Order: sequence, then C-alpha cells, then structure tokens
Amino acid sequence: MVETPKLSWEMEMQKRRDVIRPINERIARLRQESVQSEVKISRERAMLITEYYKKEADPGWSTPVWRARAFKYLMERVSLPVEEGQLIVGLRGTGAREVPTYPEICTHSPEDLEVLNSRENMPYRVDKTTRDYYEQEVIPFWEGKTVREEIFSSLPDAWLQAYETGVWTEFMEQRAPGHSAGGERVFKKGLLEIKEEIGKKISQFYPGDAEYEELMAMDIAADAILAYARRYSEKLEKMAGEEKDPGRKRELEIMAGNCRRVPAEAPTTFWEALQHYWFVHVGIVYETNPWDSFTPGRLDQHLLPFYRRENEENQQEKERARELLQAFWIKFNNQPAVPKVGVTAEESFTYNDFSKINLGGVAKDGSDGVNELSSLILEVFDGIRTLQPNLAVLVSNKNPERFFLEALDVVGPGFGEPPFFNADGAIVKMLRQGKNLEDARASGVSGCVETGAFGREAYILTGYFNLPKILEITLHNGMDPVTGKNIGIETGEPTSFQSFGELWEAFKKQVAHFLEIKMRGNEIIEEIYARRFPVPFMSLWIDDCVEKARDYNSGGARYNSQYIQVVGLGTLAFSLNAIQHHVYGNQTLKMGVLLKALDEDFSGDGEILRQVLLNKTPRYGEDEEKADRLAKEIVDEIVNLVESYPSSKVRGAARRVYFLPTTVHVYFGRVTGATPDGRKAHRPVSEGVSPVQGSDRKGISAVFKSVSKCDWEKTGGALLNQKLTPDLLEGEENKKKLVKLIKTFFNLGGHHVQFNIVSRELLQKAREKPQDFQDLMVRVAGYSDYFVNLPQDLQEEIILRTEHTEI
Amino acid sequence: MAAKGLITDIKRYAIHDGPGIRTTVFFKGCPLSCPWCHNPECISSEKDLMYFEYKCISCGICIKECPEDALEKEGPGVKINYSLCTSCERCAEVCPTGALEIKGQWYSVGEVMKELEKDLLFYDSSEGGVTFSGGEPLYQPDFLLALLKECRRGRIHTVLDTSGCADREIMEQVMDYVDLFYYDLKLTDRSEQKKFLGSEIENSFRNLELLNRAGRGSDTVIRIAVIPGISDTGQNLEGLMEVLSSLQGLKEIHLLPYHDVREKFRRLGRKFSLNGLSSPEKKELEFLQEKIAAGGFRVKI
Repeated sequence: MVETPKLSWEMEMQKRRDVIRPINERIARLRQESVQSEVKISRERAMLITEYYKKEADPGWSTPVWRARAFKYLMERVSLPVEEGQLIVGLRGTGAREVPTYPEICTHSPEDLEVLNSRENMPYRVDKTTRDYYEQEVIPFWEGKTVREEIFSSLPDAWLQAYETGVWTEFMEQRAPGHSAGGERVFKKGLLEIKEEIGKKISQFYPGDAEYEELMAMDIAADAILAYARRYSEKLEKMAGEEKDPGRKRELEIMAGNCRRVPAEAPTTFWEALQHYWFVHVGIVYETNPWDSFTPGRLDQHLLPFYRRENEENQQEKERARELLQAFWIKFNNQPAVPKVGVTAEESFTYNDFSKINLGGVAKDGSDGVNELSSLILEVFDGIRTLQPNLAVLVSNKNPERFFLEALDVVGPGFGEPPFFNADGAIVKMLRQGKNLEDARASGVSGCVETGAFGREAYILTGYFNLPKILEITLHNGMDPVTGKNIGIETGEPTSFQSFGELWEAFKKQVAHFLEIKMRGNEIIEEIYARRFPVPFMSLWIDDCVEKARDYNSGGARYNSQYIQVVGLGTLAFSLNAIQHHVYGNQTLKMGVLLKALDEDFSGDGEILRQVLLNKTPRYGEDEEKADRLAKEIVDEIVNLVESYPSSKVRGAARRVYFLPTTVHVYFGRVTGATPDGRKAHRPVSEGVSPVQGSDRKGISAVFKSVSKCDWEKTGGALLNQKLTPDLLEGEENKKKLVKLIKTFFNLGGHHVQFNIVSRELLQKAREKPQDFQDLMVRVAGYSDYFVNLPQDLQEEIILRTEHTEI
Repeated sequence: MAAKGLITDIKRYAIHDGPGIRTTVFFKGCPLSCPWCHNPECISSEKDLMYFEYKCISCGICIKECPEDALEKEGPGVKINYSLCTSCERCAEVCPTGALEIKGQWYSVGEVMKELEKDLLFYDSSEGGVTFSGGEPLYQPDFLLALLKECRRGRIHTVLDTSGCADREIMEQVMDYVDLFYYDLKLTDRSEQKKFLGSEIENSFRNLELLNRAGRGSDTVIRIAVIPGISDTGQNLEGLMEVLSSLQGLKEIHLLPYHDVREKFRRLGRKFSLNGLSSPEKKELEFLQEKIAAGGFRVKI
C-alpha cells in the first residue's frame, strides 16, 4: 500500500489558476471582461417584441408568418454591440452578458425581477427603468397571453398536483423546445441557397396551405438574419473608417467583408465559418429561448476543411485560428442563460446555457474522427476556461488513446471539463432508434449527456421524473406524506405485503400511473408549441424542415423524439435493496417499524436504524450482483413503460428516457421525505446514475462495473459523476490507467463519465471563505459551475460525494 | 492446500502496486512487526478489532452485547479493554455505524478468485493484474500458493509484495508462480535489525539471494521504506548498496516515504513507538534517489 504526498489545497488552487493562459493580451482582456462583468437584464428584446405585438395585434397572417415577422422586426432593430477587440460579431442582448427576456413565453413578474436583482447567488441586475418598463408595459400587455399561462391552464388537475408535489418538473413551461445541435447543413449552406430551396418547394403549394405558410415564414426568417448581418457589415465598415490603429482597421475591414458574405453565402474561410455559425446561433436564441441554446455540435469535424485549406504548413495562420477560436469561445460566455423562475430555476440553477461542443468520436464515413483540430480545440479550451461553452470528448475505439491523455491533461487542474462519452455506444443507441448509419455516426451529445442525431433530430426533453418520490408514495399506499394528498393510486398497505415482489409490483403500478398523466401533459404542451410557437428560423437549419415544409416544433426534423429524464436511480435502488435485505431477506426489520421511522425522519432511536440501513445494506455501486440487478431492473422497467407509448400526435415523436439530473436532485430531495436508504428527509437524492453520495466504497472500477450492468443502450444517455482526488491524475502512468479504465467502462456499455478533480479540503475552504474562491469551478451535473455560486445544499451535496483516492 | 486464508482487505483499482490496473489482496499476519508499519492491521495473524471513533454515535449497543464485558463507555465513545477481547466479532456485528470493525475475514481460494475476476477486463486492457500484499503473504504459504496457481491458470499477472521473511522452502515453492516481485529491503546492520525487526529478517536477504541466483533479478523491484533516522542513515544506505550491487539485472528500485501511522496503531489499541517522527522531505528523497541511481539503478519515488 503506497501513499504519495497529497497536494495541499493551496497548491491545488494555484494549479487551477496557473493553467489559464489566453493566447494574447487582446483575448486576455476579452476573457477578463466576460468573466468578471455583472450579468444584467437587457430590456430591449422585451420592448421590441411587445411593440411588435401591439402594432400587429391581428394582422390576419398565419402564425408562422406572424412569428417570422416578429423575428424580422427584432433583427432589423436590435442593437449591434461589438466587444472591443472582438473578431466575431453578433450578440444576443445589448452587450456582453446583458441578457434579453422572452415575455411571450414567460413574463417575469416584478417579484421575479426583484429577487433576480438582489439575490446573493447568481444575480441578474435589473435597473429601475427596466423594472418600470416591465410593470407599465410588458406585464400588462402579456398577462393572460403567454405560453406559460396557456400551458398551466390547459393541464389537468392530476398533472398539476403531481407537478406541485415534486413528482416531476416541466421543461417547456418557461423555455421553448430546442434540443438539437448544428449539423453539416449549418456549415455548408448559405441562406441564398436555402432561400432557393424554399422557392422551389413553395411552388408546390398554395397560399393558406400549412406548408406554404411555413415556407413563407422560413423565407422571411432568412431575410431577417440577412438584414442583421448587413447592418453589422455597415457598422463594421464605419468603424474601420474611423479606426486609427492600422492592424485593427484591417481586421474590421475583414470582419465587415465576412458579414457581407455570410450567412448569405456558404463560408469559405475558417474565420467566415465561425462568423457564419455565430449568426445562426444568435438568430436561433433571439427567435426564441430554446433549451440548451444551440451548439455547433461536432466542431472539429465541421471546421476541418476550412482549417486544412488555410493552415497546412502555415504557422502564422495556425496562431490566428487559435486566436479566433478563443474569441469564439468568449462569445458563448457572453450569453448567460435567460433567468429562470420557480421550479425551473431549482432544476437548472446556473448562468450556464449548456451549449456543448463535441470533439473526437467517429467521422461520417466511419473513420477515426480525431484530427488536428480536436487537439487544437482542447488546447484552446485549456487556456481559456470560461464557464461556457462546455466540451464533450467522444470516445471511440477507433480513436488514438493519446487524444484521451490530452483530454485528461485538461481535466487534471480540476474544472470538471471535459467529460467523456461513449461514441461507439451512442451509435448503437441511434441505430436502435432507427436512424440510418451516417446520421448515427454524426451523432453527439448536447446539453448535459443527451445523445441525438446532430442537425437532424428534435429530441425534446420534457421534464425530470422523481423516482424516490414515487417510492415514497408507494410506501404510503398512494398518498404523498409531505402534502397529505392522495395523488397516487391505491396499491395496498406495504405492511400487508408478504414479499418483496408485491412491493415491486406496487411500485411499478405507481410509476405507470404517473407516467400516464405525464404523457398526457406532454401531448398538450407539444400541441401548444406547434400551434402557437413555430420557429421558422431554427427550422432553416435542421434537416428536413425545409424539405418537409414543416416547422421544427411540428415535427419537421428528420427524426423526432420526446424524452423523460429520470432522477434518483441510486437512491431508489439503495432503498429497494434495503427493504429487500432487512425486511424480506434477513427479516430483522418489520415494515411497520421502517415506515414509522421514515415518517419520523429517523428521529430518536430511529438514528440507529438509519445507520443500520446506511451501513449494513448491500448496495448498487459496489459491483455486487444482487444489488446491481435491482438497478438494472429499474432501468429496464422504466424504459419499457415509456417506450410502450405510441409516438406523440403532433410531432410523431418516439418516447425515450434519459437518466440525468442537472441540479434537480437537490429540489427533488427537498420535496421528498426520508427514504429507506437512510437518507434524511429533504436531503438531496442521488444524482444521475451515480450511486448514493458516499456509498460507493469499493472504488471506481466497482462503480463502473455496477453502472455498466444497466442497459444504457436502450436509453438516450446516463450521467455518472466521479470525484477523484488530484493525485489520481498525477503523472503519465496514472493517466494511462485512467484512460484504460474509461475505455473499458464504455466497452461494457457505460454512456458517460465526468470527473471532479477536487479535494474535499479545498471545497471546505471555499465554503468558509467564498470571497477568496470566486474562480473555483466544479462539475455539477452535465456542466461545470462556479462552486461559490451554487446554492448551499448543492455545495454540501458535492462535498458529500465519495472521493476516490489512490489506494 | 489451505482451505482458507485470513485476508484483511481486497482493494480494487490499486494503481500503485504494480503495472496496470490491479487488485491488491492484503494478507493478514506478518513475522515482523516494524514499528513504522503502514498496515498495522495486517500484522497480527488473528482477527483484530479496530475502532473508528468518528463514526461512533454513542448508542451503547456494543457495550450491552459484549459477552466478555470488554467494552465500556468513555467520553462520547467506547473504550476497548483488549486484554478481555476475544475478537468474537459480536460488537462489530451489532455496531450500526461500522465504528467497530473486525479486520480479517476467512476467504476460500474460490472466494478470493471471485473478487479478483470482477476486474478482469480492466487487467486485460491495462496489462494489470493482482498484487498479493499484507502483512506478509508468505506467512500463509499454502493459501498463497493456491492463489498463485489459480492466477497462473487464469492468466492473471501476479505481483508478490513481500519482505521475503519466510523459510527458503516456501520461497522455492512459490517463486515460479510469481510474475513480479515487489521486494522490501529494510535494515542491513545486525544490531539495528535486532532493535527494530527481530531475527526473522535474516531470511529476507537469503531469499533475495535465492531469487537472484534463479535469474529472477529482472523480475524484481526493490522497495525501500524511507524512515527518517532509521533506514536512511549513511550506514544503512551503504549496506543496502552492497546488497543491491550483488543483484543481477534488477528491474528498478522504489523509495517509499514514511507517513505518520499513529492513528492506525491507536485504532487497533496497539502501542506506537515512533511518536514525533515525520515524513521525509522531498529534497531528502531526491538526494537518496540520486545517490542510489549513481550505482547504476533506475530509482523511482
């Protein structure tokens, strides 16, 4: 048993700070501004959209055209900020980190604005003028008209009760559908060509046809972004004319030229490709506030032709590419997430808007997808370390292992990035879902860990699903003990169950009951977005919306799916194992005694029972056959239940399952009483598919084995967090072993793993003196965040996660 | 074949105990009892009761259940009267938090193999395997030999982490089934040996010589625990260099810095005699590394 000296927390923090090295002084300044400036609410979009809808109250246009014109109205009028020294233009908002709002979806109330402005963690500053404007104009106009209000007033009581109890959350109640990533189309087509496609297609229809109206709307939306780009080119020309510094003058001229060419034409240079994408990105997130914003997806694949053309053998151009990429990175960071309210803020409490750039994996033709840009992008990220965008390393057996070693070098200093994904497994998942091979190979992960066919699929996440809560309701024969409401069905008093099998059957019935309600809700919400909220601009970029003359929100994408995100597998599996082991197996515990202890939150002598449950139960995460089998059965059962539903009515979306939590495991824990795994009431439930925090004591290979026993290929993805002490990544030897560990995990069917390389000691120091650790970034769920910005209970939960140290 | 062996622990993803990803099996029992032992819970050949006071919730169940009255309340926790304790395990069985833990469980060969085989895929991909450590694995020779043979049959790479303190016949029996030796060299001076280690240490040097003559030097990694003021003295170093230079084709040498192990001794109710001794400085380790490397060896810290 060898021990090497541990890094002190001071050294650990220093190492994190030392690694940030922007390529030059300009990028350093842009980064500094982006990282340090306050996040503000910008009222411009709310003003313009309100103005438009007031003016065009009932124009007699079809909804798609009405929406497209709204978008055009915006893009012809929004401000054109240029961050000083930036190389790429276009920004959602009036300036860096000035965030617009979307009152047509969800209008922030005066109280929301007040809380956002004054809260200590993650504030959004709202000035008085904005607040007044909201109170006088925005709120009175939109009251009763928002998508959010229609959703809540359309859903049945059973749905609302389950929602209020915390059985689930709803993604679409204040943010629009949008789980898709940019594919080839975004980098290969200019808008003039797409307009031509539209022109050809539209001749097959007549005005008034749904297809005609949608194509018309797409055409208007294309003009909208062309106008935006033209306005930028004019502004940049003017700036160039006034610029004294010859170097910058030249840059501004090139930038103006870029904006004249893209997005009208397909990009021809590396610089144009980035600018082109960025216009698309800004357009998509201005048109609406889609989940996970947008992402260029497989960036190392998309940019490669441009890069190779310009940079082969040209060192100077390579430096420029690096600088452009860092400038590009900062653009994402300058667009924090639109502030969420209520339950949605609980499930996703972060400035991070989840744009995720994918590297590696398999190319379209099935060859090794790692190329020189994959390494360059890793390097760019390593030196800049902004909150956004996020990275994902796709791991295929076709890739050289040295690339993963490079990625681990980036993981080493401890920001939690990049996470690793099973690319070969993703292809299996996509093929199982019926995608063709090329589309399956072009897949990747967006958001947190969500697999999708990039550029061609609308894989809409509909909400988190609280498994431990359903167990709690099962243990109370259909009643939620926290609220006292009977929201489940009567499946029998657990004290009358003669075997574990009876409990398991009761639990399955409760899950089926709640799924039924949730699925009905999903139909209602999908219809509302299709009817009221077409997104003609986004539809331009996702195959085959133009071809099908159908909106993204109405099923225009080549592939359509609808996901439920299941949370609390670890807590549920541990809890069921505890009941099976102590109540039915060893028979050392009476069900009645357990239930009483749960209801009393293990108070008094209950603490002894709690310790027994915690410490003397075979559990998921320790590679014990019996305990893991239950987790596998849970996953199989949920997938079977969800997939047994026919495709959705409006989009024809197949029903699928993800296992991921973002930050909702804290909220779901808060609304759930004590559980049989010894978890106290209101404490966070387990996150992702990770075993219960602190319960995986057999080491990381055992966790990998346990997790990989579940059949993740039947899901769209499953999130696994592992916390390692920094010494586990010291030295090349240890990194190589970790690469082998990860690859073996993926060969066994694991979907994802991400590492928090941070010592408990450092996290505790940061809790004591948050002011000294403003820049301490940690892995939360499928993204990283600043530790001091996290809510307190989430900070605690991260500290509690098992720390795998060297042996 | 020994039906069962007493094992303290089986650790997976042990990445410092040999090449690749490994599982380390800690044998219980050792003929030596070095005062700096990093695994004192592996010294005794009997089960040990270990007490982790920070886990104790003062429920008092163990006190009531102990048939020998060896436990009594002390402060917020319990005090163990080791002279009364028979290691009957009752207290650990009933302790709800695991504050009282029995170190040492009897395993059959099949039971150990079942644990080892769980990580086969990780051994395969990383060219790892199994490390037998302890304690002194050679102290349970029949059980060790049976495991080594099973590993050979299953094509699992083996490392034997040993001080070599066993009869020559034992070493002769097992050596052919070991792929790589992690061999501890301790003190060379007789009076120092006597003071810290006891007479068994003689065998350590004899068995090393045996391996050397059998041409296994190239399958041997020498491990030297750097115990400030004890094993890193000029005199001991000289003695060690003499031994090292007699070996043929030695693979490499590892220096293992001492760590404070007071806590572990206390939790076992054992006396700890090196109070106040601290870990060697990095500088000192590098100095030693250089010095030994000057003899033409590959030295790792």
